[in-house]
Amino acid sequence: MTGRLPALTLAEARDGLKRKEFSARELIEAYIAAMERARPLNIFITETPERALEMARASDDRRARGSTRSLDGIPVAVKDLFCTKGVLTTAASHILDGFLPPYESTVTEKLWKSGAVLLGKTNCDEFAMGSSTTTSFYGPTLSPWRRPGDNRPLVAGGSSGGSAAAIAARAALGAVGTDTGGSIRQPASFCGIVGLKPSYGRCSRWGVVAYASSLDHPGPLARTVRDAAILLAAMAGHDPKDSTSAPLPVPDFEAALSGDIRGLRIGVPAEYRSSGMPAEIDALWEKGAGWLAAAGARVKEISLPMTRYALPAYYIIAPAEASSNLARYDGVRFGLRVDAGNIDEMYELTRAAGFGAEVRRRILIGTYVLSAGYYEAYYLKAQRVRALVAGDFRKAFETVDLILAPTAPSAAFAVGEKSKDPIAMYLNDVFTVTANLAGLPAISVPAGLSGDGLPLGLQLIGRAFDEETVFRAAGVLEDAAEFRHLPEFLAQDGR
Amino acid sequence: MIAGRTGAWEVVIGLEVHAQIISKAKLFSGAATDFGAEPNTQVSPVDAAFPGMLPVINRVCVEQAVKTGLGLETEVNLKSVFERKNYFYPDLPPGYQISQYAEPLARAGRLILDMSEGTTRTIGITRLHMEQDAGKSLHDQEPGKTHVDLNRAGVALMEIVSEPDLRSAEEVGIYLRKLRAILRALGTCDGNMEEGSLRCDANVSVRRPGEPLGTRCEIKNVNSIRFLMQAVDYEARRQIEILEEGGRVEQETRLFDSARGTTRPMRLKEEAHDYRYFPDPDLVPLLLDPAWVEEIRRSLPELPDARKARFIKEYGLTPADAAILSGEEATARLFEAAARGRDPKIAANWVMVELFGALNRKGLGIENSPVSGESLGRLLDLIADGTISGRIAKEVFAEMAETGADPAAIVEAKGLRQVSDAGAIEAAIEAVLAREAEKVGEYKSGREKLFGYFVGQVMRATGGKANPALVNALLKKKLAR
Repeated sequence: MTGRLPALTLAEARDGLKRKEFSARELIEAYIAAMERARPLNIFITETPERALEMARASDDRRARGSTRSLDGIPVAVKDLFCTKGVLTTAASHILDGFLPPYESTVTEKLWKSGAVLLGKTNCDEFAMGSSTTTSFYGPTLSPWRRPGDNRPLVAGGSSGGSAAAIAARAALGAVGTDTGGSIRQPASFCGIVGLKPSYGRCSRWGVVAYASSLDHPGPLARTVRDAAILLAAMAGHDPKDSTSAPLPVPDFEAALSGDIRGLRIGVPAEYRSSGMPAEIDALWEKGAGWLAAAGARVKEISLPMTRYALPAYYIIAPAEASSNLARYDGVRFGLRVDAGNIDEMYELTRAAGFGAEVRRRILIGTYVLSAGYYEAYYLKAQRVRALVAGDFRKAFETVDLILAPTAPSAAFAVGEKSKDPIAMYLNDVFTVTANLAGLPAISVPAGLSGDGLPLGLQLIGRAFDEETVFRAAGVLEDAAEFRHLPEFLAQDGR
Repeated sequence: MIAGRTGAWEVVIGLEVHAQIISKAKLFSGAATDFGAEPNTQVSPVDAAFPGMLPVINRVCVEQAVKTGLGLETEVNLKSVFERKNYFYPDLPPGYQISQYAEPLARAGRLILDMSEGTTRTIGITRLHMEQDAGKSLHDQEPGKTHVDLNRAGVALMEIVSEPDLRSAEEVGIYLRKLRAILRALGTCDGNMEEGSLRCDANVSVRRPGEPLGTRCEIKNVNSIRFLMQAVDYEARRQIEILEEGGRVEQETRLFDSARGTTRPMRLKEEAHDYRYFPDPDLVPLLLDPAWVEEIRRSLPELPDARKARFIKEYGLTPADAAILSGEEATARLFEAAARGRDPKIAANWVMVELFGALNRKGLGIENSPVSGESLGRLLDLIADGTISGRIAKEVFAEMAETGADPAAIVEAKGLRQVSDAGAIEAAIEAVLAREAEKVGEYKSGREKLFGYFVGQVMRATGGKANPALVNALLKKKLAR
């Protein structure tokens, strides 16, 4: 039975466990071996195999007693931004050297309570600042994908690149990431998997290392839409410890996957086209709209006029919040400290040694835009743009139920290709940041291959707290796209 | 107004008071707030700003702040916003203080000063907002090192800012005592300046009467009302001296040196502080239900001003006496216990003259008074029913203030009961008149002033216990013969 384990989706593995075709122990052992084989991709910062085996044993015990839970025995990779009690948590930064949190993040706590098993902590851009998982202190994560006939290593996307690569390379069945400007959806698109950013407030941020508090969204990455729905159901829910968490019940997201989207109104934003988009992306987008129409949805063009201002607004608001959120890394209480003669020097040396170039850049930008004399011109104006972007969506959702767009303006690029040009890197987020600014649920579904044989995703954006409609249409899109391509590297083979 | 060498100067003072909210838990974390606990034993990961920790507002603290806002007659804003004030310091773990800036909890209140002459002055309250306290840096634990105690980090404070309406150190003292009395009456702050639960910074400037405001200096680090008054006085005179010598006052922060009674510039290196305030994205705007605010308003206890008005109306006190007796909760309670069912003016006099005098001599506060309102009342009863005279009563009171004993017991034990037996008094009178035959002659020939002398002699002969009214009447009768 265990021979076909690698090909199983999370839902299939769950059902196989239920039918006792294999044990959690067998499943977890297979994934621990896969995690080890995947080491050349630098997916994990910390592997936790002993803990995984222990959790698997507990899961099998529960199953033997007949008290199983929704994710019992499922191996999950966790972005190293989530604090895990007693397990090294780094945010991929040197400044959190040796940090063992004395608490467990709400989202991961919920996963373990659902029976999920922690495989390890995945690599990401330092403090989630990046779109390529190359700014990590622990080195870049490589995509399991290669361009056919081209051996250059490609980025996995970012910032949740480790989590996306873990799913694509079959080194985990489910993964959690965070999405501040596209950090779940873009790597999902690059790696040919599904990634969902839920509504702001759907998943608690408590215990998640903060990048930009008003934009950070924990969410799932998985092989299929169904898998993502199952994961989200376990992660979501009101948390009184997070003041921005929504006091709403958690729907049965899996049950929303009816496959029926007849009559659903899908909007295609005209402004997304004018950003100099490559023809193949445009073509894929058209194709996606066609699939949804063929399934009975009504596709129409809509207008989101503020789109062009969203990216600049994002790159003001996110660094502003980050500059304040990261002030706590001062060498006084935890993590790295570089000793010096006085306190100011200690701060300076510690932060200079602990933060990488991209983090320093964003702290500087954020400090600048909040400074006296610039606050109104930058931060306040960006907040006004943010309100206008949200207004665009509100208006659009008066006439449509969902919005279809590309996830990213390109397929994965080579490691080092865009590192010299921060602006080129920032442009990766052009289609994703709008949903963060407005707090709306958005999913990336693999929809096809680029001309050079790399995955491309399409994105569905829904109304706030209407993840069910997002999942429903995403399931239809997934079925229609029939994306069966596999990356060059698989940590376990079971084609 | 202060007279300088070159004419009169007006002192202009505004106060910023930080009042620690009475609450079991901190403003945004569940950690405890007890004063004097072992260092770093009342710290949650939120207070220590560990990664991923988030603030959650404590409802009790909001209720206390709203209560205070209502007590200071402010307009309570149904929407207020917490912002981050960003700066680096080791006792500020997150690198920012959560405070309210552009949209505070309350604005535009007032506080009424009861001046010594019985008049009042109204001082504007600019705003009241909530914020977190910082921790404490301890520089004296280990040479060359600074230790940090985070017990206080995150404790809820109210910042209460006055308009620059105060005009003298005396007014500063009256303002702070009044504010403290209101906070204590509300139960929102214990007002203890020594423990730091009430802290005050003063902005002081001087100007010629009628001219625009001068450059101000902020005085920090003052931990008693008396010191603050001293500091304000010193600072005003310092500025006047500078200006009269043709100099310019530099805007700066100055520390009060209680040993010297002077202020000096803060030694911190001159950094142009840019706090980069912005709304805290971890918190949603604080929205108050108007019904809840009304409920709090209805549950407010009687505050000093209302009590003063009631004392005037109910007890017929003068405004000056009413102000003195209503200002502090403990004084008011003691006075009312003594006055209830008795002559309130007599009770007021006894409290203000005898009791305050005794407390002053002993250096005690009213809350530690050895004489309770009830026992003072019983003493007044003994005077009223003729058991003792007013003069003996003072003696009894002195004993009460020493030992705290019951007045009736003192009267019995010391045999101070008034003698109202006419026969006994007549006998004493006759003895005195017989002894003083010469003076009796003088009296009868017109020196009527001697009557008081005879009264004194009779009182002495009876050990002061004779009923003075009876002595007067009988003596008159005898001398008239």
